[in-house]
Amino acid sequence: MTDQEILAGLGEIVEEIAGVPADEVTPNKSFVDDLDIDSLSMVEIAVAAQDKFGVEIPDDQLKDLTTVQDVVNFVTKNAGDPA
Amino acid sequence: MRLTEGAQGSRILAFGGYQPANVLTNEALAATVDTSDEWIRSRVGIESRRLAGPDETVTDMAVAAGGKALAASGLSAADIDLVIVATCTPEVMIPNTAASVATRLGITAPGAYDLNAACAGFCYALGTASDAVRAGSARNVLVIGAEKLSQWVDWTDRATCIIFADGAGAVVVGPVADGDPPGIGPVVWGSAGDMADKIAIPNRRSYMYQEGQAVFRWATTTMHPIAAQACERAGVAVSDLSAFVPHQANLRIIEAIARKLGVPRERLADDIVHSGNTSSASVPLALARMAERGDLKSGSPALLLGFGAGMCYAAQVITVP
Repeated sequence: MTDQEILAGLGEIVEEIAGVPADEVTPNKSFVDDLDIDSLSMVEIAVAAQDKFGVEIPDDQLKDLTTVQDVVNFVTKNAGDPA
Repeated sequence: MRLTEGAQGSRILAFGGYQPANVLTNEALAATVDTSDEWIRSRVGIESRRLAGPDETVTDMAVAAGGKALAASGLSAADIDLVIVATCTPEVMIPNTAASVATRLGITAPGAYDLNAACAGFCYALGTASDAVRAGSARNVLVIGAEKLSQWVDWTDRATCIIFADGAGAVVVGPVADGDPPGIGPVVWGSAGDMADKIAIPNRRSYMYQEGQAVFRWATTTMHPIAAQACERAGVAVSDLSAFVPHQANLRIIEAIARKLGVPRERLADDIVHSGNTSSASVPLALARMAERGDLKSGSPALLLGFGAGMCYAAQVITVP
């Protein structure tokens, strides 16, 4: 997966879960401050990301993923790891 | 040795619910802890909750709800031979709640026990009551879920004090007539003790604690398959359910479970909005309130799902009386 593919997939997830238009999900946006997404929606996004990308994002790491780019980087780094 | 003969199937005869008079709104909470109506509604979906008075006990609330269910069932106290109270907040540890409740309701010398499976308690109790009727160890069972969570909440902790509340709900379980279909389906139950520290009152001088995100993730990823399995074992299609009544944990959790299960929003019980999270009381309380409002269709299948600390869970399909 390229960063662009992950970003596009993440945009779809965020739109579906939080109702934020996918094209607003750009790399430098903060989930909490820019996209108004709370901690429970972040859990839903993490679960949906796991289904879509096959990468598990545990709660203790999720709290450190503040921007869209952070999630893209996390998925890139962990993609292909044995689950 | 020989065995007793039980009923072919069990059914729910009637519901009863009791809520304390004292209403605590989000605005009133926001005056005492750092929170807001908007924050509470968006995170947990609660607008107001009911709290017991200082002298009002779990036993009192259980008696009130149990008495209503018994009256609505058309049975008399003498017909009840087993009383089960699901609670994780009994007034005292000894004696149990159920025996006192039975005596106050005029039920003489029934089997009586408390059952603690936290927020799954009512569905566990309903499963065991149904089994007792089918095995012949009881003819009619009074099943009550009752909680006074307010006495175990730290009212300065804004993460938990916005959620938990008090109340009681009850049902009467009895046999189906010969040849009639069963009215309580097979229970699907289980637990995940490896996560038991995620919701806890760690010792008798501490308060209710939960890891919100972990519980949210667990409930929204593992409960819809349990609910689906309960439908499958009962031979009822999810699309045929007239109502889905999950434990009223958090509106966002139960909306997510309903969505993943494929139950339309209008068939989802949302009693939490005005009742808060009342643990083992929430399912029978929601059922009683829906029945009172005429929101339940008699003779139709409804799905119950309890889940919470333990992490215990249980689900079954019932036929609405």
